[in-house]
Amino acid sequence: MAGSMRVRAKEKNGIVTVKALITHPMETGLRKDSDGNIIPAHFIQEVTATVGDKVVFTANWGTGVSKNPYLSFKYKGSKGDIVTLNWTDNDGHSDSLEAEVK
Amino acid sequence: MDRRTFLTAGLGLGTLCVAGSVQAAWPKEAFEAQESNALIDMLASSKPAPSDAITITAPDIAENGAVVPISVSTTLEDVTRISIVVEQNPLPLTSTYDLTADSVPYVSTRVKMLKTSNVVALVEAGGKSYSGVREVKVTIGGCGG
Repeated sequence: MAGSMRVRAKEKNGIVTVKALITHPMETGLRKDSDGNIIPAHFIQEVTATVGDKVVFTANWGTGVSKNPYLSFKYKGSKGDIVTLNWTDNDGHSDSLEAEVK
Repeated sequence: MDRRTFLTAGLGLGTLCVAGSVQAAWPKEAFEAQESNALIDMLASSKPAPSDAITITAPDIAENGAVVPISVSTTLEDVTRISIVVEQNPLPLTSTYDLTADSVPYVSTRVKMLKTSNVVALVEAGGKSYSGVREVKVTIGGCGG
């Protein structure tokens, strides 16, 4: 699942704003295909953001988050921090990406 | 055991197996709840007090219910968790966000909305629960596909 994420992190007045876009179908498990079969749920459950050894933010997602999810959050940090974002879905797939704070 | 109970049980079991390998903190029961008041009770540590300190940024009218941008921010202190609930969705809890001492109480994402609904932001701060509400009108729903 490499290359599933785009991350940008910018610092201003001691606050880092992280913006992330993830490519993922986020299937609800409620939709049917053209033959009437239910399409199984397939969605990201958890996104964690780590700086150094510290988790600064965790997102727990259900199926109500849009396809190809967008996420933005803020933390108290500084320029040059390396933010690592990692997601895991309900099928056990995962991906992670590091971004330098600018 | 009727069909619905059987399906729910099977679904629960499947999710449980996966959840074990992810992280225990994922609030499974709340995500599977079909009634928003029930899930708010599961997530809230106390009865949520309506608060003006919570700001929900969302369009008044969403043309496409599949992609509704929602941002939540608050001036409350010691925020540990923010949850976004779309009351009229089949599964109302869209997401919860665990914050740390380093976090700024702000989150922005995009959610699906089946139809016009109240969007509730549930905030845990200093061991108490607070809520903010905003109605978003949806012209085309985004859950049926």
